[in-house]
Amino acid sequence: MLVLLLIIGYIIVRGLPGFSWDFLITPPAGGLAGEGGISSTIVTTLYLVGLTLLILVPVGIGAAIYLVEYAPDNRLTRFIRYGVQTLAGVPSILFGLFGFALFVTALHFRFSILSGALTLACLLLPVLITATEEALKAVPRSYRAGAMALGATKWQAVTHVILPAALPGIATGVILCAGRALGETACLYVTMGGSAAMPESLLSGGRSLALHVFYLATETNAMDKAMATAAVLIVIIVGLNGLTNFISRRFQKRICGGV
Amino acid sequence: MEPKIKIRGVNFFYHRHQVLKNINMDFPDRQITAIIGPSGCGKSTLLRALNRMNDLVSGARLEGEVLLDNENVYSPNLDVVNLRKRVGMVFQQPNPFPKSIFDNVAFGPRMLGITAQSRLNEIVEKSLHQAALWDEVKDNLHKSGMALSGGQQQRLCIARVLAVEPEVILMDEPCSALDPVSTMRIEELMQELKQNYTIAIVTHNMQQAARASDWTGFLLTGDLIEYGRTGEIFSRPKDKRTEDYITGRFG
Repeated sequence: MLVLLLIIGYIIVRGLPGFSWDFLITPPAGGLAGEGGISSTIVTTLYLVGLTLLILVPVGIGAAIYLVEYAPDNRLTRFIRYGVQTLAGVPSILFGLFGFALFVTALHFRFSILSGALTLACLLLPVLITATEEALKAVPRSYRAGAMALGATKWQAVTHVILPAALPGIATGVILCAGRALGETACLYVTMGGSAAMPESLLSGGRSLALHVFYLATETNAMDKAMATAAVLIVIIVGLNGLTNFISRRFQKRICGGV
Repeated sequence: MEPKIKIRGVNFFYHRHQVLKNINMDFPDRQITAIIGPSGCGKSTLLRALNRMNDLVSGARLEGEVLLDNENVYSPNLDVVNLRKRVGMVFQQPNPFPKSIFDNVAFGPRMLGITAQSRLNEIVEKSLHQAALWDEVKDNLHKSGMALSGGQQQRLCIARVLAVEPEVILMDEPCSALDPVSTMRIEELMQELKQNYTIAIVTHNMQQAARASDWTGFLLTGDLIEYGRTGEIFSRPKDKRTEDYITGRFG
């Protein structure tokens, strides 16, 4: 906890001098000096995280529902579960190489936000599936039996009773994934390119905030700008975590009584 | 009068383990039939055979016939969802959904496609009245069903079942998690409900069976040892094992 506070404090203190309103709304100028702001990278990040969740959430939650509620317990599904767990431990750069080979090259999406988002979705899929599975398994069996005994079909039981009951857990998983998407660099490095320009479409290349920090720190002399960007990133991530806590606590209250 | 439900030659297996052995038993229309017996004798399994809740367990297999109004509920072309609408169930642990009281009761009707708010209001009020819960919750219908006491939760679950207008209500030890006062209220409620519904109740509480039921079946390790009028089973049991059980010599 102390270490965490130290890291966050250090970055914010180092980043603060370089921070200003102008910094947020001007695009990076590029060059060795690392002049300019971070406007285009903020926009790219929003596109990237939004698109990633758009792809990730339906597939991930759908897969988890299938695995928990529908899939029979046989060799194939045990293999799928094993695969999901294994994929969760694969380094992100390997997903990056896979994304480069499939999305950038084979499917001709080139270095683009789309390629990056698809790759991130692959990277985070095991995380979201596991989180959703846990949330679904935590729903008492008696809810399922109760719903089925009232003449609900399996699908009605899932959509009207089980999913709502599991929603706080699932929401936490989704926000966790959003946080990971924000902070990811390695797999984006090889799928989004590093263009600092304002993205024109989802097929444009671009830099997310985290990637920008990496470029600033390794290819320019602008350590202060890197720190300022990192500070912005950290504030967003801390905010997201706060949101997660807020959501799960509110749901808890709503479910376990009270008004 | 023709029994509402007839069980004919039912054998039940979990994988290779036989849980019920050649059961023949009736559940008369608009009467309360109790199934008693020691733990693990198969009484819950027998109850769940009536609305095919055993189907949800893997490795479960049933032979024989369960006839609801002379129609075999295990025939391949029977609609299980429709069966469970006709044969409602109340569980051992009260299991309200994590939703408001209103939404709990309205759940069944909504699943049947009723969306008109006025109709739902009507059904919810009527069902809660029938379950003797209305007066306690009428001002708090938006409150979570889980905020109620155990006894209230169980009556909420009964209201939830009544809302789909079943013909039969199965109760699987509905009072075992409740205090004596709540238990008494549920038993009173059962007497009112039997005017309109056929009720089957599993209980390990023999006093409850003697007090509340019209017919009793005694199960022992998967065999139906004795079945008859509750008064006769408890005053003049024909089988020695029944007598031993109801006098508390084992179980």
